[in-house]
Amino acid sequence: MSGPSRELPRWVDIGLIPLVNLSAAFLVTGLVFLAIGESPVDSVIIMLNGAFGYGTGLGYTLFYTTNFIFTGLAFAVAFHAGLFNIGAEGQAYLGGLGVALVCLSLGFLPMVIIIPLAIIAAALFGAAWAFIPAFLQARRGSHVVITTIMFNFIASALMIYLLVSVLSPKGSMNPETRTFDPNAHLPLIHDVLAGLGIAAARSPLNLSFIWALVCAVAVWLLLWHTTLGYQLRVLGANPAAAAYAGMKPQRLIVIAMMISGGLAGFLALNEIMGASNRLLLQFTAGYGFVGIAVALMGRSHPFGIVLSALLFGALYQGGADLSFEKPTITRDMIVVVQGLIILFAGALEHMFRPQIARFFSSSWFKAKEA
Amino acid sequence: MTSDKAMAAHPAIALAHIDKRFGPVHANKDISLEVEKGTIHGIVGENGAGKSTLMSILFGFYQADSGDIQVDGKPTRIASPTDAIRAGIGMVHQHFMLVGKFTVLENIMLGAEGGFLLNSGRAKVRRELERLEKDYGLTVDPDALIDDLAVGLQQRVEILKALYRGAEVLILDEPTGVLTPSEAEHLFRILRQLKDQGKTIVLITHKLKEIMAITDRVSVMRRGEMVATLPTRETSPEQLAELMVGRRVLLRVVKAERQPERVVLEVKNLVVKDTAGTVKVNGVSFAVRAGEIVGIAGVAGNGQSELLEAITGIRPPFSGEILLNGKPLPCDAAQARARKLAHVPEDRHRLGIVMSFDACENVILGYHGDEIYQNGIFQDRRAIVADTEKKMQDFDVRPQDPHLRLGLFSGGNQQKIVLAREIEQDPDLLIVGQPTRGVDVGAIEFIHRRLIAMRDRGKAVLLVSVELDEIRGLADRVLVMCGGNITGECAPETSEKQIGLMMAGAAA
Repeated sequence: MSGPSRELPRWVDIGLIPLVNLSAAFLVTGLVFLAIGESPVDSVIIMLNGAFGYGTGLGYTLFYTTNFIFTGLAFAVAFHAGLFNIGAEGQAYLGGLGVALVCLSLGFLPMVIIIPLAIIAAALFGAAWAFIPAFLQARRGSHVVITTIMFNFIASALMIYLLVSVLSPKGSMNPETRTFDPNAHLPLIHDVLAGLGIAAARSPLNLSFIWALVCAVAVWLLLWHTTLGYQLRVLGANPAAAAYAGMKPQRLIVIAMMISGGLAGFLALNEIMGASNRLLLQFTAGYGFVGIAVALMGRSHPFGIVLSALLFGALYQGGADLSFEKPTITRDMIVVVQGLIILFAGALEHMFRPQIARFFSSSWFKAKEA
Repeated sequence: MTSDKAMAAHPAIALAHIDKRFGPVHANKDISLEVEKGTIHGIVGENGAGKSTLMSILFGFYQADSGDIQVDGKPTRIASPTDAIRAGIGMVHQHFMLVGKFTVLENIMLGAEGGFLLNSGRAKVRRELERLEKDYGLTVDPDALIDDLAVGLQQRVEILKALYRGAEVLILDEPTGVLTPSEAEHLFRILRQLKDQGKTIVLITHKLKEIMAITDRVSVMRRGEMVATLPTRETSPEQLAELMVGRRVLLRVVKAERQPERVVLEVKNLVVKDTAGTVKVNGVSFAVRAGEIVGIAGVAGNGQSELLEAITGIRPPFSGEILLNGKPLPCDAAQARARKLAHVPEDRHRLGIVMSFDACENVILGYHGDEIYQNGIFQDRRAIVADTEKKMQDFDVRPQDPHLRLGLFSGGNQQKIVLAREIEQDPDLLIVGQPTRGVDVGAIEFIHRRLIAMRDRGKAVLLVSVELDEIRGLADRVLVMCGGNITGECAPETSEKQIGLMMAGAAA
C-alpha cells in the first residue's frame, strides 16, 4: 500500500491512451485547418479516401506502412535493450548499398535465389553499420545516441561519394546506379495478384510488405519467447540485474544493435528492390526518424508498431492526396499534421494519463494485497 | 514521561472513521486514531497493512473516501501536502526527497525560497538553522553538499526541512531502514529531544524493537484495520507481533546443533576495489563449511557489499583467491551459478529482480539458460509458469499469480520469490545479503526457518546482515567486518556490546 500506483488495465494502456492522444492531435489539426480556411471535415474525408478509398491509394498506404514497420521494429528492438538507436536512417541507407550490390552483380541469377541474397545483404550491411556504434558503446561507453546520429551523416557522405564517383554508370550525370535486371525486382503485389487471377490497381506495393509482417512476428517471438530476447529485455529494464544474472551486457548491446540495424536495412528491400529498382540518393527520406515515433506510439510492441505504421502510412498517402486536391494545404501542412501526431503520441504521451487513471481508479484492479 | 491525562485537552491529531478504497482493495477500514500532543506514537503493521496509506491521507497525498481529520482540535481539510504543511504536519519519507547536488541550506530553502532573489531567503534560513540547532541539537553544516553527507545526516536535513516549515507534528516513515545501529540510536536521541520540546512524533515502522525503545503509545494495524492502540509500557514485542500477524509468531530462531563438515567456500587474501579504485575489502580470508551458517556482521559500507559481489562474480577482485569446493572460482556470475553457488543479493531491487517483469520472468533470472526452461529455440513458457507456481506454493508467496508484475508484490513476497529461485536450485553454497530487509514480521520468521533448513540439509550458508539480532540468531559463527578487514571472529552468543566494539574496529 505504499505510494500511488499507476497500474491501469492493459487495454487502456495500449488502446485507449494512444487513441485519446491521437484524437487530441486530430483536434488540433482541425483547428489549424480552420485557421487557414479549410473545412476539417472535408479534409478528413479526402485524406481517408486518399489513403483507403481506392486501390492505388491503398497500395501506396501499405507501401509506406512497410517502411515504417521496418524502422519502427528496428527502434523497438534496441529500445527494449535500453538502447536509443536513432541511426536507423543511416543503417537503412547502408542496407540499400547491400541490396544494390547484390542486385547489380548477381542480377543474372533466378529470382528465388537473388531475393534471399538481397535480404541477407540488407541485414548484413545495416547490422554492420550499427555494429560500430554498438561496439563503441559496449567497450568504451560512447553513447549510442551520439554515435548513431553521427553515423547517419557519415552514411550520407559515403553514399554520395559512392553514387557520384563509383556506382553511377559511365557517362551518366545522375547520382544513381543503373536499373537492376528484371530478375532483381521484387515482385509487385498487383502483379502477384494478377497471376492469381485477381485484378488489383497498380502501386509500388511489393512483397516486402509480407516480409515486414513476418519480421514483426519474428521480433515478437524473439523478445518474448526466446532466451536471447529475455536477456535483452532484462538488460533494458535493469542492467544491474543482468550483471547479477551472469549475462554479458557488452555482447547483448552489440547483438541488440545489430538486430536493430539489420531490421532498418530491410527498408531498402521495399524502396530499392521493390520500388525504384536502382539505388538513389536519400531514398531513406526520414523514414528512419519517423520510425522512432512509430515505435513509441506502438508501445515498442510489434503489433502496436504494425498498427501505428499503418496510421503513418495512411497519413503519408492521404496527406499527399489532400495536398494535391487542396492547393491551400501544401505538402508542408501534412508535415505539420505528422508533427502534431508525434507531439501528442510521443512527447506528450503521458499528458492525459493522470485524468484517465483517476477515471479508472474506481474500477481498476490492484492485486497487491497479499 | 507522558501520563495519559496530563496533556492538553486536544489531541495533536485526531482521525475519525477514515475509509479508503483502491478499487477492490480496502486499504483503510473505518480507522480512528488519536495522537496526543508531545508524545511519540508508533504505528506498526506488516507491509500492506495500510500504514502508509493512512499517513499519506494525513499528509494530503490521498483523499480519504470518508472520515474526518482534526489537527489540534480543529477540523481540517487536507487536500494536498501544502495543506498539511500549513496545518503544521511535516513528513520525513523513507526515501529522502533531497537534491544531491545542492547544499543543505539550498535544500531546506527548496519550495520556501522567499522571493525572486535568493539572498534574503538564504540569510533567513541560516538564522533559522542556527536557532533549530540551538533548540534541538540538530547539527549539520549548512554549506555541505547533500551527496557528501552520510545517510544519517541526510535524514537530519529532512527533519530540519520539516521543522523549518513550522511542523508541530512530524511523521517518520520507516526512518531507520537506511540507518546503521549507531545512526538509529542518534536519531532516537533527536526524537526524544523533539518530544521534550513539545513536538508530536508519529513513527511508522515494522521493527518492534524500535517501538519498544522509543514510543509512548503504539497502534497496530492489520489488513487495513486498526486492531489496537496500547501504551507501550503495557505491551511486549510478542504481543505486538501477534496483533500484527493475527497469530502467534516466534521471534527467536530455534535451531538444533549441527557439526560443520567439509570446506565449501574458501576465500584467501581477497582484495576488492570499488569503481572509483578505493580498496573496500583489504586482504580478507575465511572459510565456510557445509552445514554451517557463517554470519558477517558490520555497519553497512564496511566492505561487505563488495565482498559479496566479488565472491558471486559481479565485481572482479583486485587480488586474492576464491575457492569453491576446492577449485578456483573465476569472476563470472553465470559460471558461479553453474557450480552451485546461489546468491540472494543485498539490494533486491537493484540486483535481484526486475520490477517491471512478471513473477514468472523473475523466477528464471540467472537460470534463464537452464535446460528445463527451453523448448527448442524458444522458451518453454508453460514450464516456466508451472515452475513458478510450484515455487510460489512452496514459499507461500501471495498472491499466487505467476503473471502478476513483480512490483505489485509486497517486499516480503518479492524476497520470498528471490529466495525460492535461489534455494530451490539446491546449491552447495548460498550467499545471502540482508535477507529480511524491508520484509514484514510474518515473512521474516519464514525466511529464517528456510535458511536454517538449508544448513540442516548440509549446505553452506554465508549470511551478511546489518541486523545484529539476525546474525546472532542465525549464524553458527560470526565474523565482524570493519573498514574492509575482518576484525574478529566470535560465537553468536557473544554479547551485543562486544560485537559492537569489533564493528567499530576494536580488536577482539
